[in-house]
Amino acid sequence: MSLNKPEISRGIDGLLLWLYILLCCIGIVSIFAATYREGDDIVRTFFSFKTDYSKQAIFFLISVVAGTAVLLTDSKFFTATANLWYAFGILLLLLVFPFHSNVKGTKSIIKFGNALQLQPIQLCIVFANLALAKYLSRVETDFTKTRSQLIAAAIVIAPAILAIAQSETGLALVYFSFFLVMFREGLPAIILIIGFSFAILVVATLLVDPNILALILTVIAGCAIYLMRRQIKRYKSVLFSILGIWIVCVGIQRFAVPFIFDHVLEPYQVKRIYDTLGKDYIPKDAAAAADIAKNSETKKDDGDYNVKQSKIAIGSGGLTGKGLLKGTQTRYSFVPEQRTDFIFCTIGEGFGFVGSMIFLSIYIALLFRIVTIAERQRSTFSRCYAYGVASVLFFHISINLCMTMGLAPVIGIPLPFVSYGGLSLVTFSMMIFILLRLDKDRQMVLR
Amino acid sequence: MPVFNQSRQNVIRLIFAATFLIIVVRLAVLQVFSSKYGEQAFSNAVYKKTVYPGRGIIFDRNNKAILNNTIIYDLTVTPYEIKQVDTSYLCSLLSIDTAEFKARVVTAILKNGRYRPSVFEGLLSIDLQAKLEENIWRFPGFTLVERPIRTYPFKAGAHLLGDIGEVDTTIIRRSNNFYQMGDYVGRSGIEQYYESVLMGQRGVQHLIKDNKNRIQGSWEGGKYDTSAKAGRNLRTYIDIELQQLAEKLMANKVGSIVAIDPKTGGILTMVSGPIIDPNDLTGSTRQKNYAKMALDVSAPLMNRATRGLYEPGSTFKPVGGLVALDLGVVNAGYGVACSGAYYGCGKVIKCEHHNPGHAANLRLALANSCNSYFSQIYRMTVDNPKDHNTKAGYTRWKDYMNAFGWGEKLGVDLPNELPGSIPDTTLYNKVYRNQWNSCTNVTLGIGQDKMQVTPVQLANAMCVIANKGYYYTPHFVEKIDNETPADSILKPFRIKHEPLTHIPDEAYEAIHAGMQDVVESGTARVAKIPGISICAKTGTAEKYTVLDGHRIKLPNNSMFVCFAPRENPKIAIAVAVENAGFGATWAAPIASFLIEKYLTDSIRPEKLKDVERIAAANLMPAYLKRKQFIADSTRAYYYFNLRKDSSYIKKYLNQRSAKVENPRQDNNTVSSNKKAVVEKKQKQTAIIKQQISAPVAYKKHNNSPNRNILFYKEEFLFVDDKHFKKQIMA
Repeated sequence: MSLNKPEISRGIDGLLLWLYILLCCIGIVSIFAATYREGDDIVRTFFSFKTDYSKQAIFFLISVVAGTAVLLTDSKFFTATANLWYAFGILLLLLVFPFHSNVKGTKSIIKFGNALQLQPIQLCIVFANLALAKYLSRVETDFTKTRSQLIAAAIVIAPAILAIAQSETGLALVYFSFFLVMFREGLPAIILIIGFSFAILVVATLLVDPNILALILTVIAGCAIYLMRRQIKRYKSVLFSILGIWIVCVGIQRFAVPFIFDHVLEPYQVKRIYDTLGKDYIPKDAAAAADIAKNSETKKDDGDYNVKQSKIAIGSGGLTGKGLLKGTQTRYSFVPEQRTDFIFCTIGEGFGFVGSMIFLSIYIALLFRIVTIAERQRSTFSRCYAYGVASVLFFHISINLCMTMGLAPVIGIPLPFVSYGGLSLVTFSMMIFILLRLDKDRQMVLR
Repeated sequence: MPVFNQSRQNVIRLIFAATFLIIVVRLAVLQVFSSKYGEQAFSNAVYKKTVYPGRGIIFDRNNKAILNNTIIYDLTVTPYEIKQVDTSYLCSLLSIDTAEFKARVVTAILKNGRYRPSVFEGLLSIDLQAKLEENIWRFPGFTLVERPIRTYPFKAGAHLLGDIGEVDTTIIRRSNNFYQMGDYVGRSGIEQYYESVLMGQRGVQHLIKDNKNRIQGSWEGGKYDTSAKAGRNLRTYIDIELQQLAEKLMANKVGSIVAIDPKTGGILTMVSGPIIDPNDLTGSTRQKNYAKMALDVSAPLMNRATRGLYEPGSTFKPVGGLVALDLGVVNAGYGVACSGAYYGCGKVIKCEHHNPGHAANLRLALANSCNSYFSQIYRMTVDNPKDHNTKAGYTRWKDYMNAFGWGEKLGVDLPNELPGSIPDTTLYNKVYRNQWNSCTNVTLGIGQDKMQVTPVQLANAMCVIANKGYYYTPHFVEKIDNETPADSILKPFRIKHEPLTHIPDEAYEAIHAGMQDVVESGTARVAKIPGISICAKTGTAEKYTVLDGHRIKLPNNSMFVCFAPRENPKIAIAVAVENAGFGATWAAPIASFLIEKYLTDSIRPEKLKDVERIAAANLMPAYLKRKQFIADSTRAYYYFNLRKDSSYIKKYLNQRSAKVENPRQDNNTVSSNKKAVVEKKQKQTAIIKQQISAPVAYKKHNNSPNRNILFYKEEFLFVDDKHFKKQIMA
């Protein structure tokens, strides 16, 4: 941070910036590897702006330009306008309902002409992050109070509900990653534990026969009572709470999960979850079967096929990979959607385990760096915002990678900075640049 | 201020790290610890294309290619690429309608998918190919694809050269999946026997395909490809001009000709009548012709040279004489007083000659083909005092026959050779309940009874006599191009068999002298060629067949065996013409022409008229027509029963002429009893014809449940019930 550096780069976290640029470049190269056709003139197609990799490069340049503009603004601008942005985002989300166009079965996209697409729900992640940071950093907010916690939860869940209404369940789930921010700011750990336990219970329900699972739960409850018999002698309430938990668990397993799967989720979503767990899903009625058939009509939406091909692609990379442009799975379109959601296949197949490990280490470095940056902020706003960025990125990365490797159901979540998609690249870039701008003024206390 | 929550940053870091750890473990499992994904990716993207080499060419003794390769075209379609095709023009070229066009495209899509080419019209004729090639730009999505086929430039040698056809499941199974569906493989003749040599070595090309099975180029730059090795050529003993002449002479006759070079065992000519043009069994017309030939009762597809069984008749006599001489039961001067028949056993065996002294010695007996003489010496051979009894004598006689290569497979280089039949004592013991003697099968001495040989065995016996005791297994292939010691296929043909060299030369000379007299002054004077000493023997074998449940006598088979020249044998021939009459009338001149052609390379001009006469003669047995009718109507009835569609048998119901014109004209003894049966059937025909007078009404009935009523199954006319059932059972 020498003084002779230009104003714009003073105080910028170099490591974060370079990691960001590195990931964007990997992304462009990966998209190139996935979509380049034999015999094309590389230089010419790169500047023709017609191929996906050249478009991605353009969006990267746009992001950098916009990011520079962000760096030139006052950091107070974000705290001042956070709620405004949030309101703007919600407005956009509401506008989607009358103006959306039907693309690939989602109702969340507004089209401007042929080329330009806007998916407000993606954009809204930034706004929700800002709004949450703003709310948590208010002097009058006492986050130990349940009321504050509920308001904070409402801020992030509102867009998620709108997203679900727009049949965009995948991106709706992203908003739940903000609970990590709230956890950092004092949300009782029990909520995360309950959430986690619920997830395990749901998976167990699907994997294990209902009666056996009920028996297992009963045995666990019995053991707990036996182990805690002394406490129970003293406080009867412990016994009741154990029994209460047991009843709730059995209830979830017996009624809640089947209810959710039969009435809340779409049949094709249920099928994807079953596919991930390696179980056959038998549609309960003709309508459900028709829905699945409709969704798997184009192989694009057939999650099982996608995952199978994606696993073959990654697995066939072996230890050292086949080399750039040598992966047969990705080069010859066996993996559908490989430039967007399944972009990791290109890396896995082309560069193998070693390459993938290097790639993953860049991501983990990025995440840890952001956490470090978050912790060195003086203002709560910046810290909350930074944690928000880390959480969102973490959720995207982990779900996307698990999805390509068959560990998570296929929900359309891109890999940050790498997946093809102008809006997603710009959105993530903005998050990073705003973070860089805030970090530049880390000694200030922003309200 | 939630400063006290600062420790929670480590919890968050821990969550991040734990999640990434799970991902890393999963990645390691996928990429490092399981190999199946690599294989799956390989089978996904790499298409192993088999490259077929050209089949080997077969040359005759003068290095003329008699079986060669040529190219024919298939019209293929890639449904995905069909855009603005001039459908009506294409349809008119292929003479199909648009409905058929659509149906074929749909079939192509179902079979191979949209993105891969499938055959639209296979094996185009040359005209059609030329027209399509000119206009192919009008039909995007359609391409002409080369396909190699076999061609027979001399239009000769169908039976010996054989043909190739697509493999069936049996061949695939037997070859341990070496062959794949759609491969072509030799199905008969030399093509089948030398398949391993002719086929060459298939190559493999590794091609990359995309998710829609479209070929994207070669994989790894063709590093793992293997190139195809062309099949090796065969050099044969066949004289294609001789073959052509023999086929010309055998036209419209049932029978066989085999000519062998005695010195090498090389087969010069092998003909089986009825003659077929080998080119009919290649290319676009194969299926149609093959079906027709397969259903023909004269069995044009059967190679009668190795699979036709004939009683040798008098052509056996030189062999019989030689055996008797060798055993010492007679000497060359032994004579029999024949007065026109043999009365030694209960039944009378007629002889063609009456004049006394025509069998005064072996030489005369051979020249005059005396039945009495050879019946007598057969009995003397079998009742040899050296042997304890007739059965022992018979066994010894049978061993001689086996030494000539009769009664067992010779091992000719053609598939499916028959061994013929020289029965052993067990058969006679069984038939005659152990009560038999030399009289029981005395006609064996004149080549009748239960003795059956194939023409190639007959020719081989001539080789043995000509060579004075040794022979090489008759075979076509002299050598394989680029032969290596590993080629064991020709080894059996290079072994000299010497089964009868122990017989003294004098015995052979005696037989040769008799056989030469056959041509000089005996039964086969017609075969005489000035300047060439021919040794020969005519034969006339009686034939019977069962037709409509009656045993009828057919015209005799005309047989002829010979070798020439006597001093230095270069060619040995066996000719059999079925139901033609005397051996001297048809078989002898045929053999004579072949000898002349082979030894002097031409035929005397004055003989050419005879050649034309014999070539033009139609000796197809008349009873075949009747047999054909029975077979066709029986098959039609079978399909009618199977499909419940009376259109199959309608033709036979209406064909009155086929009934009236009784083809049993060979048999002059149609008894009054039989006539009554015929008349009764004709009446039934008339009744049934009345019932189905209106073809339209009958069509309608076709769909009614009781449509069978129209046709009286039990009374289905033209075919004898007994025979009929037998055929259906078979």
